[in-house]
Amino acid sequence: MELLVASAIGVLTAAGIYLVLRQRTFPVIVGMTLISYAVNVFLFASGRLVVNMPPVLRDGVDSYTDPLPQALVLTAIVIAFGMTAVIVLMSLGSFISGRTDRIDLSPKQDASE
Amino acid sequence: METIGAFVPLIAALPFMGALLPGLMIRAGRDACAAFAALPTLLAFILLMVNAPAVLGGEVFLYRIDWMPALGLNANFMLDGLGLLFAGLILGIGLLIILYARFYLSERDSMGQFYTYLLLFQGAMVGIVLSDNILLMLVFWELTSLSSFLLIGFWSHLPEGRQGARMALVVTGMGGLAMIAGMLILGNIAGSYDLSVILQHKDAIQASPMYLPALLLILLGAFTKSAQFPFHFWLPHAMAAPTPVSAYLHSATMVKAGLFLMARLWPVLSGTPEWFYIVATVGLITMITGAVIALFQDDLKALLAYSTVSHLGLITMLLGFGTPMAAVVAVFHIINHATFKAALFMSAGIIDHAAHTRDIARLGGLRRLMPVTFVITTVAALSMAGIPLFNGFLSKEMMLEEAAHTAWAGQGWLFPVLVTIGALFSVAYSLRLIWHVFLGPQRRDYPASPHDPGIGMWGPAALLAVLVVLIGLMPALIAGPLVAASAGAVIGGELPDYALKIWHGFTPALWMSIVAVAGGAVVLSRHAGLAGRWQRGAWLQAKGMFDAIMRATVGASRWCADLLHDGAFTRFAGIFVITAAVAGLWAWSGGDMGAPNRVMAPVNIVALTGWVLLVGAVGALVLFHHNRMLALILVGVAGLIVSLGFVYLSAPDLALTQISVEVVTIVLMLLALNFLPNHTPRESAPARRFRDGAIALLGGGAMAALVYAILLRDSAFESISAYHLANSYIGGGGTNVVNVILVDFRGFDTLGEITVLGIAGLIIFALSQAVVGSSAGRWLDQWRPEQALAGDRHPVMMIVATQALMPIALLVGVYIFLRGHNEPGGGFISGLIVAIAVLMQYMASGFDWAVARQRFQYHTFIALGVLIASFTGIAAWFADRPFLTSDFGYFRIPPMEQFELATAMAFDLGVFLTVVGAVMLALESLSGLSRGSVMYADIRPAPEPAPDEIAPAERMS
Repeated sequence: MELLVASAIGVLTAAGIYLVLRQRTFPVIVGMTLISYAVNVFLFASGRLVVNMPPVLRDGVDSYTDPLPQALVLTAIVIAFGMTAVIVLMSLGSFISGRTDRIDLSPKQDASE
Repeated sequence: METIGAFVPLIAALPFMGALLPGLMIRAGRDACAAFAALPTLLAFILLMVNAPAVLGGEVFLYRIDWMPALGLNANFMLDGLGLLFAGLILGIGLLIILYARFYLSERDSMGQFYTYLLLFQGAMVGIVLSDNILLMLVFWELTSLSSFLLIGFWSHLPEGRQGARMALVVTGMGGLAMIAGMLILGNIAGSYDLSVILQHKDAIQASPMYLPALLLILLGAFTKSAQFPFHFWLPHAMAAPTPVSAYLHSATMVKAGLFLMARLWPVLSGTPEWFYIVATVGLITMITGAVIALFQDDLKALLAYSTVSHLGLITMLLGFGTPMAAVVAVFHIINHATFKAALFMSAGIIDHAAHTRDIARLGGLRRLMPVTFVITTVAALSMAGIPLFNGFLSKEMMLEEAAHTAWAGQGWLFPVLVTIGALFSVAYSLRLIWHVFLGPQRRDYPASPHDPGIGMWGPAALLAVLVVLIGLMPALIAGPLVAASAGAVIGGELPDYALKIWHGFTPALWMSIVAVAGGAVVLSRHAGLAGRWQRGAWLQAKGMFDAIMRATVGASRWCADLLHDGAFTRFAGIFVITAAVAGLWAWSGGDMGAPNRVMAPVNIVALTGWVLLVGAVGALVLFHHNRMLALILVGVAGLIVSLGFVYLSAPDLALTQISVEVVTIVLMLLALNFLPNHTPRESAPARRFRDGAIALLGGGAMAALVYAILLRDSAFESISAYHLANSYIGGGGTNVVNVILVDFRGFDTLGEITVLGIAGLIIFALSQAVVGSSAGRWLDQWRPEQALAGDRHPVMMIVATQALMPIALLVGVYIFLRGHNEPGGGFISGLIVAIAVLMQYMASGFDWAVARQRFQYHTFIALGVLIASFTGIAAWFADRPFLTSDFGYFRIPPMEQFELATAMAFDLGVFLTVVGAVMLALESLSGLSRGSVMYADIRPAPEPAPDEIAPAERMS
């Protein structure tokens, strides 16, 4: 199981990085989404993997998984949405203003900012 | 003697507490708005006056509130004579300015906003003069800079307003930074940041080697704030502000903050030669240059601005002399200057209002047309000139007396001569104000027909003019106690022998005064010729130099940035990944890792299938990401598998959150795809793709290795989660430990996070407004989609289904919210569910339909959410507990079972509202881009599209 999770995180990260290195804004946004999934699972996994021990207190159950990483990741997921929305709007704004969705600024474009 | 005075922080807090009232009350009309703006000021003023007799009798009121004792920053307040003087000036003149502004501001000015800024400034200024802790004073100092920026730039449509505000902020902000350093050094030498302690350590401070650096830095802050040479250039440019602002900030209060600082620290900093030479010289230079420049200004407000600079220089020079008598005169002149200068600025505003011009060259002969204004201005201007029977004469006389007996580097003639020249020019420009504006023949070509205004505008100025005359005639009676009390606070010891009276005998000061008045009249009579020579002189333009310095600084930083980064994002992203991987490798090689000691969890077929799906989806995504719709679908698949993984690995809350965030993320990206092209072109060369693939594999491999290493080993330190698990039910009242951590144990973190989320929503709204309003917005208006729309924009089945589902979805949202404390759920998840339910209405029935039925703006949700969460925390203060302490209890409503209610649920409600507001604001702004504006939706029925016509596109409608 650990092998599956670790390799899944690695695959998500690798795909995310590859897409971030593309030259248009949309693949970059998709890539950052994948990386944020990978990082969220990574943070969650730092609580170590257990099956069938949710951190909801019940009578008769005395072992639970680590709740703290889960709490931190929950807000991280929601704020990642906020961040994604901001960069989507920024890329839209630059597309509407510049009619192009290239992500690299050419040197003469930069000088005219 | 010192007494505890709990009212002192209240005086400082009242303007802040009332700051929002004008913004709310403007809906009830301008009178109500002004009344509610005056209310907190009046209350604070009354509170001050009630305790004034005690302070004048020598009592000092202190109040200490511990804030951050570890840093030495405590909210300590002190009311002594000096504080009484300044607080009285700020609050008293503030009341008059509020009344004046009510009639000065036009219909188009947003009065509520103006009064809010004014009250914020007032609170910050009162905070400066009443604080007993220099770090607290710094906080208020910076607040005055910020609120002054807002006030100067109030007429933001004027470029001079914006430039003046920027210049003021840059100069005073720079001084503030220097002052922070100086204060820290001072506190370090004295051992405490409390003023009452610092003021006891005069010898230690003056003997310390850090005395000179601290002095220079603090003086830099004081000189920039009080517009002393060479930092005086920002004040005339701040005259682009509305006249009430100029009368309040730039004559009576804010510019006096620097003087207040010098007076407050006078007991410990003055008396040394460094203090004398720096402060007195700068003051003298400022006084003379200000007076000379003022004479040749044609704009009324510019003349008054430079004259303010000159008088501030005069007071600075007096404080610089370092003798107790000079300190007394300085305090007296502060009072006098505030009264006559505020009256003069108000008169300038009246003339501007009436004649629609401030240019002296176009005015003249107004005395018959505006008799009341004439009287007020003449009284104040004569006082400024230093004519007997007005209060300006008294303090100027005493100043001349002091200067006559002070030697500069052994030269006894320097001060008397130069000060007389300054007084001479002061007489000249004051008389110019009367002569060239009111006396002389009446003109026929005024821009508007001048007449006296209503009592609302001349009343405050008249009151000040009456005060000018009263103090001029009976100074010891009216101003005597106040001067004594505040001078006593400045000197910190015995008051010298002095008398505030009109006739002191044939002193050198009297001769100097006579010379100044006569010479001033002569200079004025030659004014026309001198003005011609002044215009031809090539003077250094301060604003030009300032702009040149700013351009050079910006250019240098741009050159530096361009050296490091040339705009190729992809290259630097690649470098970033490689650096991170190398850093990780270096860290790993330097540490040591224990042996694996966890048993691997077993794999079953379900988990394996999920893994295969995930890897397959992500692999397909990498290969086929050029088709953007397909890419989104595959991202959705990946997110879903991640969510299922959370379910399997005992994280139900996370799974719920991940699924709902997944939905809104996909909707968000679909909205973006509305405008962006549907395909990514294949434009990377194979070599480049190979390079990127290698970097990706490096990053992914490093990540996987790290995770694998972590997962096989227990952590090296004891986890703190045992505490949370043990106390979640006993202390927090809930069995869902994750939720209890979020809203209770770590509630402060969550408060910060929902604030960030709200800010993100507002940023998106503001950015979308900026895009729509820019030149690109016109392109948006004519934009048409690149592919044909579906034939039926709003399928009836979908409308019916979503409308039927809406109450059910809301019910589910409420249920998840209520059970969140004890079962998986909570504010975040329920907020997302409700947001999705609302989103369905937009998608099914159309943007216009949904916006027309929307009762509240989403900004309100965000604000309400953050406020509710904050007040839940503040409520704990009323029970004498720290911020955000929660409480819970068990209740029973028969015939239902016993249930638990916790105050944390109110906090969760705040979270819920913020999440709904932020998510909906973001998505609504994005979908509104295609209609030109989010706020003003066209609710007319959409025209029937002809079969061959493509209607304006909204994917959402």
